Amino acid sequence: MSTAVATAAPPRTPLLQRLSQPRPLILLLLLMWLPLMAQVMAGNYLGPLRNIIMLPGIPAAVILYVLAFRAWRESWVATLGLTLVFFWILVALSAPFLPLLDPNKPIAPFTLPFTEKRDVFFWLGTDLKGRDMLARTLWGCQRVLVWGVTATAVAYVVGTLFGLLAGYLSGWWDEIISFVANVFLSFPVMVLFIVILNYLGPSGFNIVIAVTFASAPAIMRIVRGLTLDIKTRDYVFAAQTRGESPLYIMLVELLPNARGPIIVDACLRLGYTTVAITTLTFLGLGLQPPDPDWGLMIKEAAKTAMLFKFSYMLIIPALSVSSLILGFNLMADGLREMSLRD
Amino acid sequence: MLGLILRRLVQMALIMVVASFILFVIFDTPAFKKKIAIAELGGFAVSALSEEDYQNWLEQKGLNVPFFQRYANWIGNITTGDFGKSFEKNTAVGPLLLDRLKNTGILAFWVFALMIPISLVLGVLAGMKEGSAQDRTISFISVFTTSIPEIATAIILTVIFALGLGWLPAKSAMTQGFDWRQLVLPVLTLVTYDFGYVARMTRASMAEVMTSQYIRTAVLKGIPYRQVIMKHALRNALIAPFTVIVLQLNWLLSGVVVVEVFFQYDGFGKLLLEAALFGDVYVVQAATLVAVIVAVLSQIISDIGYTLLNPRIRFS
Amino acid sequence: MSDPTPVLECEGLHISYFTRAGEIPAVIDFNLKVMPGEAVGIVGESGCGKSTVALAIMQYMGKNGRIMKGQIRFKGRDMTTMSQEELRHLRGSQIAMVYQEPMASLNPAMKIGRQLIEVPLYHEPGCSEAQAYERAVQMLADVRLPDPKRIMESFPHQISGGQQQRVVIAMALLSHPALLLLDEPTTALDVTVEAGIVQLIKEISAKFGTSMIYISHNLGLILETCDRITVMYSGEAVEVGKVEDVFDRMRHPYTRGLFNSIPLPGADKHARPLVPIRGQLPLPHQRPKGCYFGPRCDYFQAGRCDAAPVPMLSVPEHQGHDSRCLRIDEIDWGAKVAAVTTADKAEFGPTVLRVENLKKYYDIHDTSLMAMIKGQRVRTVKANEKLDFSAREAETVAIVGESGCGKSTFAKVLLGLETATEGRAVLDNQDLGHTPVQQRHPQVVSHLQMVFQNPFDTLNPSHSVGGQIARVIRKFGVENDPDKIKERVMQLLDIVKLPRDFYFRRPRQLSGGQKQRVGIARAFAGNPRVVVADEPVSALDVSVQAAVTQLLMEIQRENRTTLLFISHDLSLVRYLADRVVVMYLGTIAEQGTTEEVFAPPYHPYTEALLSAVPIADTSVTKKHIVLEGDIPSAVNPPPGCPFQTRCPRKLGPICEQQEPPIRRFGDGHEIACHIAPDDLLQMEPVIVLADDQASPSSAA
Repeated sequence: MSTAVATAAPPRTPLLQRLSQPRPLILLLLLMWLPLMAQVMAGNYLGPLRNIIMLPGIPAAVILYVLAFRAWRESWVATLGLTLVFFWILVALSAPFLPLLDPNKPIAPFTLPFTEKRDVFFWLGTDLKGRDMLARTLWGCQRVLVWGVTATAVAYVVGTLFGLLAGYLSGWWDEIISFVANVFLSFPVMVLFIVILNYLGPSGFNIVIAVTFASAPAIMRIVRGLTLDIKTRDYVFAAQTRGESPLYIMLVELLPNARGPIIVDACLRLGYTTVAITTLTFLGLGLQPPDPDWGLMIKEAAKTAMLFKFSYMLIIPALSVSSLILGFNLMADGLREMSLRD
Repeated sequence: MLGLILRRLVQMALIMVVASFILFVIFDTPAFKKKIAIAELGGFAVSALSEEDYQNWLEQKGLNVPFFQRYANWIGNITTGDFGKSFEKNTAVGPLLLDRLKNTGILAFWVFALMIPISLVLGVLAGMKEGSAQDRTISFISVFTTSIPEIATAIILTVIFALGLGWLPAKSAMTQGFDWRQLVLPVLTLVTYDFGYVARMTRASMAEVMTSQYIRTAVLKGIPYRQVIMKHALRNALIAPFTVIVLQLNWLLSGVVVVEVFFQYDGFGKLLLEAALFGDVYVVQAATLVAVIVAVLSQIISDIGYTLLNPRIRFS
Repeated sequence: MSDPTPVLECEGLHISYFTRAGEIPAVIDFNLKVMPGEAVGIVGESGCGKSTVALAIMQYMGKNGRIMKGQIRFKGRDMTTMSQEELRHLRGSQIAMVYQEPMASLNPAMKIGRQLIEVPLYHEPGCSEAQAYERAVQMLADVRLPDPKRIMESFPHQISGGQQQRVVIAMALLSHPALLLLDEPTTALDVTVEAGIVQLIKEISAKFGTSMIYISHNLGLILETCDRITVMYSGEAVEVGKVEDVFDRMRHPYTRGLFNSIPLPGADKHARPLVPIRGQLPLPHQRPKGCYFGPRCDYFQAGRCDAAPVPMLSVPEHQGHDSRCLRIDEIDWGAKVAAVTTADKAEFGPTVLRVENLKKYYDIHDTSLMAMIKGQRVRTVKANEKLDFSAREAETVAIVGESGCGKSTFAKVLLGLETATEGRAVLDNQDLGHTPVQQRHPQVVSHLQMVFQNPFDTLNPSHSVGGQIARVIRKFGVENDPDKIKERVMQLLDIVKLPRDFYFRRPRQLSGGQKQRVGIARAFAGNPRVVVADEPVSALDVSVQAAVTQLLMEIQRENRTTLLFISHDLSLVRYLADRVVVMYLGTIAEQGTTEEVFAPPYHPYTEALLSAVPIADTSVTKKHIVLEGDIPSAVNPPPGCPFQTRCPRKLGPICEQQEPPIRRFGDGHEIACHIAPDDLLQMEPVIVLADDQASPSSAA
């Protein structure tokens, strides 16, 4: 019998296909993500290491991009979105290695794009303090990307957990969780952000907390709805009849089958969170100077650069953040379209 | 059905109580209380305020009585229209808030007046012929416009129409009295950002209805296409967008903050932000409470509307 | 029949769908002729293209479908070249359609009256609103709906499924169409409700002289309603002819295979088992060269059957009987089909499962204002009432009933997902009724497993087939060593006749029948004593049904497992069950051995149920009993005997006031009825076979 078992081994697959298995994918994602996170959240403690750790992230991001592109090639909307998002991820990873000026060093204030001043050619000009716009724009994607994704991920863990509990266990669990969610949902999002950040004080970590309070209830509702639908399926019934624990059923039987809509919603929500962070920073409640960020660039320019001549200081960060959000939204759209087709 | 509405009303009342309680707890912390004391007693630094003065102030304000009694007092004051005093602007919060809400109301009215027809028409046109060039164009435009955050839309519109062409004023402070030209850019910004979302919802709802079997029945009954759309499809397809539109009120309260701040329009959102940055606690508390009331009310309206529009719920 | 022009004629029809994968031919070279007043049946398994034909006739193909070649002539005019406006005038007035799902086909936000009135208003220019209303009310009365005026004012969700289908039929008939298309009109309905609709359809053709095209997967229904029949396979018509010819003198191997795989009253699991058609329906883009049925055909000749497309050939000496088979003259059509396996009757062991006086009540909380005022906040649903029966080792006990009879609730109680309100359910002296599954001993849990109804739901789409079976083995501790577990999974795949490399497959790569086999493997992985099978084959195609049923019975016999077979399909039950329990609205109406239940004396409900089941055998004569109305809701069951509201043999007030006593006949045959035992014994059999030895394949 053992020979028969051996012959039924999984068929050999090409490298790219083998990389698309869940485990290599998670590895690649971590390889890409952890250095970015370390750079943004703990950059000051890393010293000279802070740039070197980014090196393995670059090939990981390229491989992930190729894999995702291949998987989604039938939807041009999704691939366009993917391209936009990975453009910024690659920029964030490779910013230390690009031939850029120091984004925090004032050189020549109010230099227009495509002009030379003090022997330096400024492609995108400089801002009111004379810092290079190109360097600031490219460096500026790091913080919003990292905090946006982290905040969304934390909100997702919390929301999914409560959604599973409310949907699968029903009864009092559902009543209580849903009620608490409804309380938070009755606050307009921006008002909730302002109240929470006003209470906790502005910082990246507090943004994560605020986003969790603002987004987790909505995520919980979605996951709860999916759970209510999936738990009527016979395979859940089968798991119950063999005496599986509720935790096993929620994590192994329910969650993997809810992933489609969850991924689509997560892409959309990444967009919302990016908007929220940029807007909060613009309002003075989010990320703080001096490191570059698109919201900060807008905030600083909006006070002083209200002339058509200097409008590039506003337009450039505005378009940058829009392109990132557009990327997330197009990805969500394309994924939804593909999931409906099958 | 009446029972359903009653249940929702009770639920909403409960949510209001809990939400106000949370607000009270947040703003009842010592840090915030101290902030208020400093503002009221004229000092600008914590060190300038002696512990004795602070305790006296607490007693004078009735803030040293037990917690739940304070909460009851606070609610009691609010129901009589007393929201406390803004120390930044040195006026009562009630009238101040009312005035700002009126301004935001004007803004919201024009946003809805423009957004509803645009988004419904575009959504229905797209959903009617799913997958057609018409649908794909409308869908792409709506993804595109919703992807540009309000702040970016505001910048782009200002740069083009105010700084570039000079047709409209860049700021909407209305210092010289009401001027409709100053209202155009804020309204346009909010409409541009929001219509796409509602249009996409309408499209999805319409597309779903158009593939339903009862539309097939209607077509195969020999009813003219236009009548199929008007009589059979629209009624069913507009139920979902209705609720979405009412719920946009909640979203608008978020959106107005950044738009009002950017254009310096004296509305509710700008008031809330300035108060938050200045530490004007009573104003933040009152504004948040009002926002929650508006949001909860819009949810009730949306729920009741959905129930009334949908005969499957109405008659069961 | 004097009019020589056919109402509808399809000639050389080719229909394709265009998808991302390219052009997919759905219907190939299809011909059909419908004469005035004639009823033509189209029969075939899912994916054979029968519904595509119906929608093509209505010229409603969606944006992906297109007619590639051929003509559809309505009264001599080609519909494929008509303008939208011309089509609109035909649709609903000359050609009308009845759909599979009545609820979905009616506009949920529009009153039924409005939806009916529209038809004459748009098709007859002079028709006034009042006239249209009158006609609609009259037509509702004609389709035998009680209180038509109230129905006119109702929304679709306020009436039952059977009533909805009657409304759809009334809507179709309002403008007196020349042709009525019925696409599986009773598939979504219960058997006794279906019988009423079929009766109505037969009346329509008699009363209005409407021509009909009746599309169904059920040969029995076609026999009851149609004059001629077209059998379709993989997009082609394979056999066309008069109903008697095709049923009794079939000339295509596929038709023959179909008849051999459905349980007819003559079939018997021991002596004359079902013969499934081997293999699977080819996917549209993987159709073989030559005869599409070739790879599954016992009479396949290489080099001949797979040489070129097979044309439709007329059967010699049969009038208007065509078959798409090259070997019409060579095959011995009268030959008995060799049974795949025959088996001796199993010896039953001791009693394994005993259910005594089991009750399951649910409380539902009514939050409506009316209920609050009346003080009836809590209402009790009596899902199971006084269930009493037992099952022995290696025995197959069938639980039969329509929707709402409580069979699913009963299964939940047994499996420990619900606890009983009262009474006992015992498995080998271990309590089941009051022990939820988490508190059961693992061995008890593994001894009672289930096979589910819906093949698309039974497996978790996120995990591999092997992983799901392995989980059961590990969970029940049958094996613990990973290699041994894998080996055991492989053995189970062998047992359910699936290739071993299915271990690594995902459920979406499997067909419905294959998934059901995996479901069976999973249920038997823990060596259960009792397997509850809830309609395990009802969602499968006829030819696959036979194979899965055979497999289930083989494994059961091998392991001496007790099988609780829950089903609404009396033909299947008669074929495979040793004992039968008939349930109605949560109570047992009748139980006994299969022979006893299927012969008089009957419970009046069993009698009606037997009469309602369509049987695809011309040699069978059935007594005709059509029940009035719909099955009452379990929330509000009628007092006294639950069946009294529909019972054709109702005695009088006693049925409404008292619960029926249990009449016992012989060893274990019990009937719950007020009718005196002597009167019950006077009943005549419902189904009579003309010749007890005759089987359909040998009737020619």
